[in-house]
Amino acid sequence: MIAELGHYLLVLALGLALLQAILPMIGAARGDGRMMMLGQPAAYGQFFFSFLAFLALSYAYVISDFSVAVVARNSHSLKPLLYKISGVWGNHEGSLLFWVMFLALFGAMVAYFGRGLPQSLRARVLSVQAMVGVGFYLFMLLTSNPFDRLVDVPLEGNGLNPLLQDPGLVFHPPFLYLGYVGLSVVFSFAIAALIEGRVDPAWARWVRPWTLLAWIFLTTGIVLGSWWAYYELGWGGWWAWDPVENASFMPWLVATALLHSAIVVEKRDSLKSWTILLAILAFSFSLLGTFIVRSGIITSVHAFATDPERGFFILIFLALVIGGSLLLFAIRSDRLQAGGMFAPISRESSLMINNLFLSVAAAVVLYGTLHPLLSDAFFGVKSSVGAPFFNLIFGLLMIPMVVTMVFGSHLKWKRADVKGVSQRLIAITGIAFLAALMTFYITYGGGIMPVIWVGIGLWLLLSTLQELATRIKLFQRPIKDSMRRLMRQPRSSWGMSLGHLGFAIALLGIVATSSWTREAQQVMAAGEVMQIGDYSLTLKDVIPVTGPNYTAVRGIIAVTSKDGATFLAYPESRTYIASPITTTEGAVRTKLSGDLFIVIGESQGGGRWGLRAYYKPMQVWLWIGAAIIVLGGMISLSDRRYRIGSPHRKSVAERRVNVL
Amino acid sequence: MFFKRLLPLMIFAGIFIALMIGLSLNPSAVPSARINKPVPEFSLPPLEGAGIGLGTEDLRDNDKIIIVNFFASWCGPCRIEHPALEQLGQQDGVILHGISYKDRPQNSLSFLKSLGNPYRKIGTDLKGRVAIDWGVTGTPETFIIKNGLIRYQHIGPIHAVQMNDLILPTLRGLQQEDSP
Repeated sequence: MIAELGHYLLVLALGLALLQAILPMIGAARGDGRMMMLGQPAAYGQFFFSFLAFLALSYAYVISDFSVAVVARNSHSLKPLLYKISGVWGNHEGSLLFWVMFLALFGAMVAYFGRGLPQSLRARVLSVQAMVGVGFYLFMLLTSNPFDRLVDVPLEGNGLNPLLQDPGLVFHPPFLYLGYVGLSVVFSFAIAALIEGRVDPAWARWVRPWTLLAWIFLTTGIVLGSWWAYYELGWGGWWAWDPVENASFMPWLVATALLHSAIVVEKRDSLKSWTILLAILAFSFSLLGTFIVRSGIITSVHAFATDPERGFFILIFLALVIGGSLLLFAIRSDRLQAGGMFAPISRESSLMINNLFLSVAAAVVLYGTLHPLLSDAFFGVKSSVGAPFFNLIFGLLMIPMVVTMVFGSHLKWKRADVKGVSQRLIAITGIAFLAALMTFYITYGGGIMPVIWVGIGLWLLLSTLQELATRIKLFQRPIKDSMRRLMRQPRSSWGMSLGHLGFAIALLGIVATSSWTREAQQVMAAGEVMQIGDYSLTLKDVIPVTGPNYTAVRGIIAVTSKDGATFLAYPESRTYIASPITTTEGAVRTKLSGDLFIVIGESQGGGRWGLRAYYKPMQVWLWIGAAIIVLGGMISLSDRRYRIGSPHRKSVAERRVNVL
Repeated sequence: MFFKRLLPLMIFAGIFIALMIGLSLNPSAVPSARINKPVPEFSLPPLEGAGIGLGTEDLRDNDKIIIVNFFASWCGPCRIEHPALEQLGQQDGVILHGISYKDRPQNSLSFLKSLGNPYRKIGTDLKGRVAIDWGVTGTPETFIIKNGLIRYQHIGPIHAVQMNDLILPTLRGLQQEDSP
């Protein structure tokens, strides 16, 4: 009964989405206020129904109603409640419902917070948002109904892949989806602006919080996924350039570019058609990612159950949404008049160059991801490019990008003084260079790229701090005065400082952990000792343990570090009851200088066990850096001037504050 | 100027065509499943001290259902599924054989001595060559054979839940196939 109700609610939501897509758009074209007004109640209702449908499916999961096909395929009565709930979005059908519910939620948010928008713009944004929604409702109802019943009801479900039974994975997909779907709002704003034929600083101010919000969610989602891979997959890897990882990375790169180019639109009324294009592309990449994950067109460790019929449907949907919006862009973007001019050396230019690097990076990831498909489709050859390709290109491409970040943040709008900026940067450049030399000496023979990267990462870190110091006139005025300036910095400029600082910290962590990881492997009996880095590991015992839905062996290992500290580590290897998969629960000891990561393998007979250990220098810097980036985004989002839905004309006083 | 603005659309058109073609291709052309295929030809030496070895002709019994289980002493899940195997070996009209996979014979032997030997015959596949012909991806793995054809393949340990919901119903289904 509940399942049928959920199905019915989805059909109702589709009906409202159709209304919301058609009527406000016609109303905006005719200048009919009443038709335009329809957008809001339709958006609220659509969200209400899709949310209820989502609750209906969640209910089926919680009570383990195995007569619902998705629940039988993906759940198990012995699963802890948390994973029953996260199972709702851990599969194709449920995640679609999740997607479309958030899509409707964002529509409702635009309807609610966008009360200050011009009526026609809001009507068009809501209409475009609903058009995307209609596509998803149809996709779900026609090819992937989450409420399908089974004729033969099984007594027990198939269970969720044990690898996915992890707290990290409870939160990773929702954040990712919120990011993808959040970009739909930006997309709707871009399409609405193209239809209206007008993009101005006010438009950029309205779009900015939505971009920022989506970007924060996307960043968090990607980092959580990476963190989960690091802890759960048992080899300490955090990024593998897997097609599905790339699918989330591409919209992130484009959204990051968009975040920066929208600033130029807002401050200088320039780079308009480029910004619109980025807004379209960011969401297009989200859709493309969805297609890659669900069509089975490219093999990936993450892929959902695949089905050519579904693939075909999404492809047609992609063609309509992306093709249609790019066509609209080609026809209408000439109406967007360029505003402020700027010199080749200026803040604007540096942001534009950075945009260029980010876009090229996204294109590289797109090419690398599609390479197996392209070579198979056009040349009949099975080949793929793999991690070395991406690492090489990114290792090179990111160098000029970081250099631009360093210079750009010190440049003034319109026209900047290169000489002055270079002189200001001399001291920190020297420090970074010395640090690189020292790294070269310490790691002699370990390759030149990591050395260059340590120098550049540190350079960016120092430059970001120096830029902040310059802004608050540190050491030029009394310290009290500087502190007062620091407190008065607009939150959006805190966003920039923290964002760049976090990026630099994460960069240093990435360089260290990917260049200087150490690894040791040994078959050990109780009492035997293994050495790795500054640690010596003694296997004390291996004991069997049972969890709620798994059995496991747990190693008890005494670790002694060189400085004399000792502690116990408990790596586990779990075998789940419902499916024959063994997962590793590595024991991780985190320090600022590096992580010690211990994994217990299989029994080698005679009380001997295979043990692996990794030492990953500065791994935690990556997570700290990422957290700082997200924090920067949140602080920037809380800036009063940009708060969602409170757009107001910039006052003269604010215009004087020359910040990002 | 118009061409410049049309460029993104044209790039997307190219990608779209590739995706369109791609939908009809299979990216992971893995070897086809072995279900309903004859058992591979093989002959394996015995595990010293536990029987007389195992070969293809042992699996061609037309009256009974034959189960072949790949195991190893170094494999933890094999210990977990051991009670399930003992239960299987006692089923009517069912013969259970074992193949020791990439394992030292003395280790396999002590594994069976400590837990009990559920197998009728045991072959030792020291190098794992025969396992490749069977398409074994890892231990434990279990095959159900009838009339010399592989009818069911179970990857991983057989848990109690699976025993009741999957394995036993499959066996009963196969046994009832012939009865009118």
